[in-house]
Amino acid sequence: MIEVRIQPHDFNVAAELDRLRDKRTDIGALVTFTGLVRDMLMHDRTDGQPITAMTLEHYPAMAQRQLEAIAREAETRWPLLGGTIIHRHGRLMPGDQIVLVAIASAHRHAAFEAAMFLMDWLKTKAPFWKKEEGDTGTHWVAARAEDDAAAERWSRG
Amino acid sequence: MKLLYFSWVRERIGRDEEDVALPDGVTSVGALLGWLASRGPDYAAVLENRSAIRVAVNQDYADDAHPVSSTDEIALFPPVTGG
Repeated sequence: MIEVRIQPHDFNVAAELDRLRDKRTDIGALVTFTGLVRDMLMHDRTDGQPITAMTLEHYPAMAQRQLEAIAREAETRWPLLGGTIIHRHGRLMPGDQIVLVAIASAHRHAAFEAAMFLMDWLKTKAPFWKKEEGDTGTHWVAARAEDDAAAERWSRG
Repeated sequence: MKLLYFSWVRERIGRDEEDVALPDGVTSVGALLGWLASRGPDYAAVLENRSAIRVAVNQDYADDAHPVSSTDEIALFPPVTGG
């Protein structure tokens, strides 16, 4: 069962992995993805300008609902033994952790694929919006076409 | 009906939520957006480029044909950028 948590405070990756393992001996693979705040603008026109902070706004009820839905979808597609998704909101600094996806399975392929699937879908479905602050002011980050394409790869045509 | 706004949609409209009385004949997302755009220049500006706006009805994504009723929670926001 993949657990979904949305919170303003930081998370400890090692502690989260310990919690997932919890004396189990049936887990053969534990794949972890951690997303961090970069110190450069991701905005096309101002790429390369340093950012001083990033604020993540979200739609709480829908974010929880959408993340739960993609977690359930991953569980139906791959033989998983557990997992944790954590997404932060609020004002973050460069280097801060934003998101954790940790997936446990008996075998590495299922764990890798499920983690990638979850991140690709999270980026296009979970209602979070990034606002970057820099010396040139603040602006909302625009959605990227390549994220849509990445999520689309997992669609069952 | 409860309307919620996020990100630059919230900033442009100048509030994060409002309760509105659904006019007669507005029964779909598309019709709702058309009515909203007629409420003032800020609404019109937000909805000028329909493809730039995502709509959720009761926390699920919805297209223009999706039905709406007075008990729904409808959210308008730009494409998401989390992760």
